[in-house]
Amino acid sequence: MSAVARVRWAVIVATSVALVATGCSSTSSGGGGGGGNANGIVTAWWGDPANPLEPANTNEVNGGAVLDMIYTGLVAYDPKTSKAGNAMAESITSSDQQNWTVKIKPGWKFSDGTPVTAASFVDAWNYGALSTNKQVGSSFFQYIQGYKDVAPTSGSPAAQTMSGLKVVDDTSFTVALSQKFSTWPQTLGYAAYYPLPKSFFTDHAAFLDKPVGNGPYTIAAWTKSQKMQLRPNPDYSGSNKPKNAGIDLKVYTDTNAAYADLQAGNLDVDNGLPNSALKTIQSDLSGRFLNQPAGIIQTISFPLYQSDWSTGNAKLVRQGISMAIDRATITKVVFNNTRTPATDFTSPVLGDSGGYKEGLCGDTCKLNAAKAKQLIQQGGGIPGGQLTISYNADGPHKEWVDAVCNSINNAMGDTKACVGRPVGTFADFRNQVHGKQMTGGFRTGWQMDYPLIQNFLQPVYVTGASSNDSGYSNKAFDAKVSQANGEADAAKAVADYQDAEKMLATDLPAIPLWYQNGTVGWSSRASSVMLNPFSVPVYTEITVK
Amino acid sequence: MGRFVIRRLLQMIPVFLGTTFLIFFMVHMLPGDPVRAMWGDKAVDPAQLASIRHNLGLDKPWYEQYLTYMGHLFQGDFGTTMGNRKVLDVITEALPVTVRLALLAFVFEIVLGVTIGLFAGLRRGKSFDKGTLILTLLLISIPVPVLGFIFQTVFATQLRWVTPTVQDSMNIGQLVLPALVLGSLSLAYVARLTRTSIVENIRADYIRTAVAKGLPRRKVIGTHLLRNSMIPVVTFLGTDLGALMGGAIVTEGIFNVKGVGNALYHAINLNEGATISGFVVVLVLVYLAASLIVDLLYAVLDPRIRYA
Repeated sequence: MSAVARVRWAVIVATSVALVATGCSSTSSGGGGGGGNANGIVTAWWGDPANPLEPANTNEVNGGAVLDMIYTGLVAYDPKTSKAGNAMAESITSSDQQNWTVKIKPGWKFSDGTPVTAASFVDAWNYGALSTNKQVGSSFFQYIQGYKDVAPTSGSPAAQTMSGLKVVDDTSFTVALSQKFSTWPQTLGYAAYYPLPKSFFTDHAAFLDKPVGNGPYTIAAWTKSQKMQLRPNPDYSGSNKPKNAGIDLKVYTDTNAAYADLQAGNLDVDNGLPNSALKTIQSDLSGRFLNQPAGIIQTISFPLYQSDWSTGNAKLVRQGISMAIDRATITKVVFNNTRTPATDFTSPVLGDSGGYKEGLCGDTCKLNAAKAKQLIQQGGGIPGGQLTISYNADGPHKEWVDAVCNSINNAMGDTKACVGRPVGTFADFRNQVHGKQMTGGFRTGWQMDYPLIQNFLQPVYVTGASSNDSGYSNKAFDAKVSQANGEADAAKAVADYQDAEKMLATDLPAIPLWYQNGTVGWSSRASSVMLNPFSVPVYTEITVK
Repeated sequence: MGRFVIRRLLQMIPVFLGTTFLIFFMVHMLPGDPVRAMWGDKAVDPAQLASIRHNLGLDKPWYEQYLTYMGHLFQGDFGTTMGNRKVLDVITEALPVTVRLALLAFVFEIVLGVTIGLFAGLRRGKSFDKGTLILTLLLISIPVPVLGFIFQTVFATQLRWVTPTVQDSMNIGQLVLPALVLGSLSLAYVARLTRTSIVENIRADYIRTAVAKGLPRRKVIGTHLLRNSMIPVVTFLGTDLGALMGGAIVTEGIFNVKGVGNALYHAINLNEGATISGFVVVLVLVYLAASLIVDLLYAVLDPRIRYA
């Protein structure tokens, strides 16, 4: 009897607790039963964007993925060939490669019904460049005349708008650049150049809650840091009409959680695959997996601002170090083939006509341990007696740095020839690099902003360029790049850029290691999944059963 | 009693100030510059950096930043994140989720833990008791991430009873599995504490007296034995509730629950001082309240304990 009473007591407690709990949920959850999808809607992996969703204020992939869905720029890149083609632009022409006339297609509308005009572009660009608006992508406008007035290196801006931008009429405007730049029109597919509707300027807070664009999708609902629902934009006038009924982006903080959902069919497209899954992914997903080079190259840079690294002998040492690295084995063992050994300073996504040239780096980027040792000895040995490779310890870099050092040690027959040097955080690491405090090799990488060979060379290796971390300065290289920028013929320009790139292969301010690959896996419901040159899924093409 | 509560409430003020000061100071001392990190590998215009720092108040010395922060805090302003969202919005979004998850785990560990501990204590040395010892030992020794992945694989991927991750963080039904994982470790502690306490008290004089008086067994166990044995368990539960409210970074990560742990993890990764401090402020308050309630419960459980 007493035992029965005890059980009864326990049951009463348990059920009343359950009632309280469910009572709680029904009042505030708003009835969101998970699981099943409506027909034709694709659920896709997403990370929380770091910045508010403004075109010129987004420089990371998560915010960029959404902007690319809700906006259409003047030009767009072909997902397969990376070639830039006119999207909203009717034509972009110039006679001198410096003063450009942009004509846009008439009749386009933002999803709030207002028309897209030349002013939509000019106002957006002026807003993005003005330093007081604090847009992270402001430097994308640096080639436009008057940029220095709206974003001076110190002090407050002398002007509110750039003098190089002029609206001619509703469908055309002119752009004056501060230098010749033949491939400038092809850069305009980047998010920073998207147009903005009037509501952006009149009611900024409301816009940030629900950005309005002219792209194939509109934002139907957005629960910050949880999910975003995108639906086809009925006012869209372009040619990339969505082939699905919409995209639901789900935020994951743990990539393993997303992968578990993908395998269980709760997620259709996952381009944030965890490293731990890569070994078994082919069989896990029965081949529904794509692994292809992205527009990202990883390198080891050297502090050419240090006297012992700037000599002619140090050049031989760098060549030797490059030849000591066993790229093929490291990409296979450490990265499970999600990196491709680099043989030039660009990326395969450019394609041959865009400037990628396999093997441009030549023997210098091939493993040859005997030659490596000989070159390093000929150059007087590694400056300081030991090579350090610095990296940020909060990223996944220790494994490959150790593997690279191991390669070098093997070639030198010395277990202490090279060691990794971890720096606590990425922010601290970049402060040291930027402050020119490096004394040995350090990890660098370049992710392209637009698929152009110019973007792999000019910002990274031209004297004093914004991301020239090694402090490389070569007058002949600078001259060749600026000659290429003034070249009207695209093929000739590419040839000039490649001539400049060949100088890098002998000077080696940085050693090319490998191209990073983009990966994506998809559920059995989804088909036609592919990655664009930026390793973002081409959402408009995806279909689901 | 009233004076005791007032004294405890007054003691909270220095504790609150001290903890917020410490966390603010530590976040500030972290190496690296969160503003610079927004650009990744790319170069930044120094003027732009300076103006963003100025806008966020990061160009002032840290003690001045602390005073400004506390000043705003007392007016209910928790500041903004790097992404220009109100920190208070982030907290009010994440906290209800974590409250649900924590209460679920809490209920689970009380109901199961105390019941198992009680029966094990009453059947000391029998097979149920030994089974409990082995089970709790197992739960204590398996790390939470491992348990999480095992549960996810078994219940979601193989049995398909639930989805592998939580699809709607506000849905109690979907939070059951993460709550089981989250509460399992404390469940083992609660069961062990209860068992030991029961075994100790069952030999006490007052129990012998109660039995000798001819009280029914139900009353002896329910009113006298269990109530007196609860004091160490309540102490543990009090601190545990605070810990559960602090969010479970690992469990929330595995099951993609959008709670406090998840938000904190994100904020720490981005080095967002304002967000981290904001959460800590709220958590300190929760902790202080929980420990006050525990102290008051002592008096309820044991009439010999009095607060003047």
